Amino acid sequence: MKTLGSRCAFLIGFLVGTCTLYVFLRQVWFERTFSTRSQPDGLEKTAAQLRELEEDSKNWKKERSALFNLNHPHHKGEDSHMADELYKKVRILCWVMTGPNNLQKKARHVKNTWSRHCNVVVFMSSVDDPDFPTVGLGTKEGRDQLYWKTIRAFHYALENHGDEADWFLKADDDTYVVVDNLRWVLANHTPEEPIYFGRRFKPYTKQGYMSGGAGYVLSKEALKRFVDGFKTKVCTHTTHVEDLAMGQCMEKVGVVAGDARDTNLRETFHPFVPEQHLTSKFPKSFWYWSYCYYPISEGPNCCSDLSVSFHYVDASLMYLLEYYTYHLRAFGYRYRYQPPAPLGYKNEAWDRSEGGHSYSKEQPAIPRGPLARVESPSRTDRKPVVMPPAAAGEKDPPAAAQDDKQ
Amino acid sequence: MLSEGSSFMKGMALGGIFCLLLSLLGSFTPGMQSSPEDQHHHHHHIKAPTNDELQSLSEPQMLELSQKVRVYCVIMVQPKVLVYWATAKDTWGKHCDQAVFYSSESAKALEAVDLNEQDEWAKLHKALKHAYDNSGDLRWFFVARPTTFAIIENLKYLVLAKDPNEPFYIGHTMKSGELEYVEYESGIVLSYEALRRLVNVFKDGEKCPERGRSLWKLSEEKQLAMCLKYTGVFAENGEDTQGKGLFNSKSVGSLIEDGMSKNSLDVVEGCCSDLAITFSGMSPNQMQVMMFGVYRLRPYGHNFHDSLIFLPPEGSDND
Repeated sequence: MKTLGSRCAFLIGFLVGTCTLYVFLRQVWFERTFSTRSQPDGLEKTAAQLRELEEDSKNWKKERSALFNLNHPHHKGEDSHMADELYKKVRILCWVMTGPNNLQKKARHVKNTWSRHCNVVVFMSSVDDPDFPTVGLGTKEGRDQLYWKTIRAFHYALENHGDEADWFLKADDDTYVVVDNLRWVLANHTPEEPIYFGRRFKPYTKQGYMSGGAGYVLSKEALKRFVDGFKTKVCTHTTHVEDLAMGQCMEKVGVVAGDARDTNLRETFHPFVPEQHLTSKFPKSFWYWSYCYYPISEGPNCCSDLSVSFHYVDASLMYLLEYYTYHLRAFGYRYRYQPPAPLGYKNEAWDRSEGGHSYSKEQPAIPRGPLARVESPSRTDRKPVVMPPAAAGEKDPPAAAQDDKQ
Repeated sequence: MLSEGSSFMKGMALGGIFCLLLSLLGSFTPGMQSSPEDQHHHHHHIKAPTNDELQSLSEPQMLELSQKVRVYCVIMVQPKVLVYWATAKDTWGKHCDQAVFYSSESAKALEAVDLNEQDEWAKLHKALKHAYDNSGDLRWFFVARPTTFAIIENLKYLVLAKDPNEPFYIGHTMKSGELEYVEYESGIVLSYEALRRLVNVFKDGEKCPERGRSLWKLSEEKQLAMCLKYTGVFAENGEDTQGKGLFNSKSVGSLIEDGMSKNSLDVVEGCCSDLAITFSGMSPNQMQVMMFGVYRLRPYGHNFHDSLIFLPPEGSDND
């Protein structure tokens, strides 16, 4: 009896020992892996903030409440000599209409994305903010202050940065601008011309005016005349409808409302988001139909390949548009639209190699045939091989060579 | 009583030592799954060719490769959501050398191969067999779900230097236990040889049943991986030259939003590859915007001198 009892006790002891140690080891193991994963939250956040400040200082020189571009974004493996040349020759000051409540919600994303491609950026607000930085225009906030802010912003830009730029762009903090494409539009003009560009609307004025939300850009001469106009009281604060008032002043001081459409007559400045222009059928009663100066196209013809701006762009769309414009591409794809190089800019041999004739305004001839060769003169690289286009809906002819099917 | 107590204590001590010994031997890990160091990293990656690699090829070599890299797209659609069929047809499908739609059932206005099948694995099974039988001289196969958007030129770039007479099974790989499989949602790429082997093993009802075993049903993506594994074909993760994944199971919008919530410094850099091949869960309108974003919208003055040029498809206006 006794030995049976002790044997049972032994067995039970054995089991208890195993289980206890198992649980103990598991707990230790768990704690070890857990502690290596978690990090104190507070420390991580300040580390991220420090990194952001560091990044910022690499990209911008903050001076007199403006951001001067130091690090014009470049891509690995791309040939951006043309963009670089235009960057030097077509200097653009971008001023962004914002307010103290929108700095973190909206303006910050503008700062992180498209504004990095401007030569100078100034964020205009009602209140000074030395950290962001923003310029305080001394107005209040609200829709009725829009034209006041615009007047003061343009005055500020001419006074403080008149020598640092050739063109002066106004954008909202929910406008996305492809600054490189703006340079292409402007490169065929000079800053001495009294001209301004944007999405042209026709009502209320003789020559039309530019949509405020889609952004508009004044030549230096146009800006000088604007400021002079206020000095001589030819222009005054007539209405708070900023874009219309702007257009009326421009007309009075003899600044021409330019045509920003591309060589295929497609619009470049857009008052809505890409999805709306590409897919919506605007109802015929919608104001848009009666406002547009040029005939409206719906569907793919709505928008130039070299579109300059879109409006009502929220934070995530800002990043998405930056990704679409500057990052995502189809390898080797030869675009249908081959834009002509601006007058006076060198026609690089490579432009020809992609099938484009840079100075002609019509569609260039596309090399045909499966083994169409393409020249690549000055470079040591091997000539690119051209793939035939996929024919829509056509069935492939039956494989002639059956021997590679084993 | 005392002897029982001492036996108990002896037992406990021995039990503890026994447990320790086993854990030390390593074949017994307390609780958690095997640590990352223990797992055999049989991770297969397939990276896109670098510019230098492409430049090192001679022109006749390049021509030969370009002739082989033609893609047959297997696009699964559902008559319930006709708009996805229409959108795929009107957008990215135009860039396939051949785009064929496969549907679970026939429907008016839907131009697709009627598989007459509701079971997901059986559908995939039949569609792949049909594709193999009708491939003509196309050597690469891409399988997509209705809400997937694919940039076929980037797919061609990924497999450019790979021989389709070798078995390739590429996409975004996931692991389930010991099985590594390609996620269906982000698109599946098969070379001709892989598909040939697959069609062969289809004949073996034991290894590769047409209908999943009812008791232990695997998802169709895992079933595919298993069948291919039997023929010696393993899943490989498609990556760009930087190691970023090219196949995405989320929409581009979600990926951007993920980047924003992580508060990363450069949301766009951290999002997705410049030469991404697929995004999934895209709505028809988002697909139209992506067409514009990929094939049209660009900043003037930035050029890439790629060694292969793809011309735009005929009869199309949104690319």
